[in-house]
Amino acid sequence: MSEVMDPPHAVAATTPPIVEIRGVYKRFSRSLDFAAKLARRLGVTVREDVVHAVDGVDLSIRRGEVVGLVGESGCGKSTLGRMVAGIMPPTEGSILSHGRDLRSLSGVEARRTKLRTQMIFQDPYASLNPRLKVEDIVGEAPLVHGLVRREDFAGYVDEQFRRAGLDPGLKKRYPHQFSGGQRQRIGIARALAVQPEFLVCDEAVAALDVSIQAQILNLFMKLRQELDLTYLFISHDLGVVEHLSDRVVIMYLGRVVEEAPAEDVFRSANHPYTQALLSEVPRIDTRKRAFAGVKGEIPSPLAPPSGCHFHPRCPHAMERCRIERPALREIAPGRRSACHLNDAA
Amino acid sequence: MSLPAVAAPGGPTLEVRNLRTHFFTRAGVVKAVDDVSFTVERGKVMGLVGESGSGKTVTGFSIIGLVDPPGRITGGQVLFQGTDLASLSEAEMRNLRGNRIAMIFQDPMMTLNPVLRIDTQMIETVQAHARVSREEARQRARDALGQVGIPSPDERLRAYPHQFSGGMRQRVAIAIALLHKPELIIADEPTTALDVTIQGQILAEAQKLCAQFGTALIWITHDLSVVAGLADDIAVMYAGKVVESGEVGAVLDAPLHPYTAGLIGSVPSRNRRGAPLSQIPGMTPSLLNLPAGCAFRARCPRAESRCAEPPPFAEYLPGRHARCIHPYIEEAVRA
Repeated sequence: MSEVMDPPHAVAATTPPIVEIRGVYKRFSRSLDFAAKLARRLGVTVREDVVHAVDGVDLSIRRGEVVGLVGESGCGKSTLGRMVAGIMPPTEGSILSHGRDLRSLSGVEARRTKLRTQMIFQDPYASLNPRLKVEDIVGEAPLVHGLVRREDFAGYVDEQFRRAGLDPGLKKRYPHQFSGGQRQRIGIARALAVQPEFLVCDEAVAALDVSIQAQILNLFMKLRQELDLTYLFISHDLGVVEHLSDRVVIMYLGRVVEEAPAEDVFRSANHPYTQALLSEVPRIDTRKRAFAGVKGEIPSPLAPPSGCHFHPRCPHAMERCRIERPALREIAPGRRSACHLNDAA
Repeated sequence: MSLPAVAAPGGPTLEVRNLRTHFFTRAGVVKAVDDVSFTVERGKVMGLVGESGSGKTVTGFSIIGLVDPPGRITGGQVLFQGTDLASLSEAEMRNLRGNRIAMIFQDPMMTLNPVLRIDTQMIETVQAHARVSREEARQRARDALGQVGIPSPDERLRAYPHQFSGGMRQRVAIAIALLHKPELIIADEPTTALDVTIQGQILAEAQKLCAQFGTALIWITHDLSVVAGLADDIAVMYAGKVVESGEVGAVLDAPLHPYTAGLIGSVPSRNRRGAPLSQIPGMTPSLLNLPAGCAFRARCPRAESRCAEPPPFAEYLPGRHARCIHPYIEEAVRA
């Protein structure tokens, strides 16, 4: 491995959050079709379909931390990840990078801030341009952003390849000539080529076979140490999250239901949803167990249940849960949970 | 509707012996399934485990006779209650499929027709194998939906597949598989696309099924953790061959084959939190032009010159087979 580069921007040694999410909402609405618009004009009340993908989330990520973001499909974890990465603006609320609102930045500054956060996607094929050689996929951004000069290009790309565990001799090839695990390494090399300090990994190992998944997870951990990276690791796989994360955030239908250090969550989950989720995870050490299954389905984010989103499936649901949204509040130092049961105790 | 020859009820539901399914492509012969043997007893779950391209799905397709050209079963036997399925005519095979042997696919939309209502599809399936009135067929369809935990089955029968969620669709596919109370179900990664809580529900249904009706179940998956909780026996495939088989607890506690050991070691929960995961170096070989001898030897920590010879699939411990000349026997005996 060649010498490690310093993070591009010297950050104050105190560890204020690298990214802070404050009261963020993201709503997607389907615009009305012609008939509906006409009906509305004629005085009929037509409601637009609004999906509350992210429904009021606060979260801060400190420098050097690995935060695992867990949830089932449709819980808004990917949407949140995209907003954090600056790919998608929030409908409401603000996202702060080093204490500065992303939306208040402009021009050069905005670009530089965006470069500091990079994203790694689930499908390593869909996220690589099939018509570019992989050396261009990896090297294009640093060249455009002036991080490397034309004459140093080849050496720079080789270095990125080696760091991601790829043979630089393969750099003239196209993405389809690589296996899934190698493609994911290309995605990683591309993200790291612009010298980011923060990586958002959206289901980055979900599509890989177990033995390849282990290789990529090891690479993530090695890079974290070498480059002092911060990660937001989005996954539905609790085993992976448990292994990698310092802190775990659990989402359900657009809201954070629990947030705690990884060890605490996996030892004693507080929120009934987290408990249910953990009890359903198949583990290699449990033999011939009786699966029970959380009752009910994940509700549609188009029409989420009132009050606490989990109440129709919750074994402890009370009258209050149907009416009042539980606040995410601190239940122990560093642990937050959104459940009315914590008030009763 | 009985098979030409019905074996004694005590025998295994399914016995696969030295099955070979090869694909004759322009680039060469792909030996997707190459000498696969295992047995599934009545009411038991066999976990067929492997990574992508290991041949586990093709094994499932070969059993139920759904291999398409250029693929062909080139050798071995599939004995269903003692009858060799290769000896049956296409008509006899059709009589068996969906009736006494059923398959559940990873993508339920492979089973469901998107333009037909659920009741149409289910009634058709019932009437394909049983002479019953439409009303009775409908009744059976409704019962099957209820059995897999679909709420208000009467209403849901009138719905189209797209009106169901992914988990519900998979339940409908399972309900269709159950219609004739088959003796054998082949489930190909049925929960891979589902969320954890929904997966838990489906696994619970599968367990109930085997216990209630004595159905033998082949559960094809890449997820060792699912197999650990669900299966009685396990067969691990690598590059078209079963490299290890045995009782699930014994195999997962003390694997004989270095590949099985590597696979188990890569599971995050088997490692200390935050420590580097033990990993298998390299990647799965292409099935085209596999070298002779053990296909795993390029990645194996125990490889030696003798591994260039094809290793036999031998019984090293009672009920435990491995395709390796230097298995971890001492470790397995100690465990």
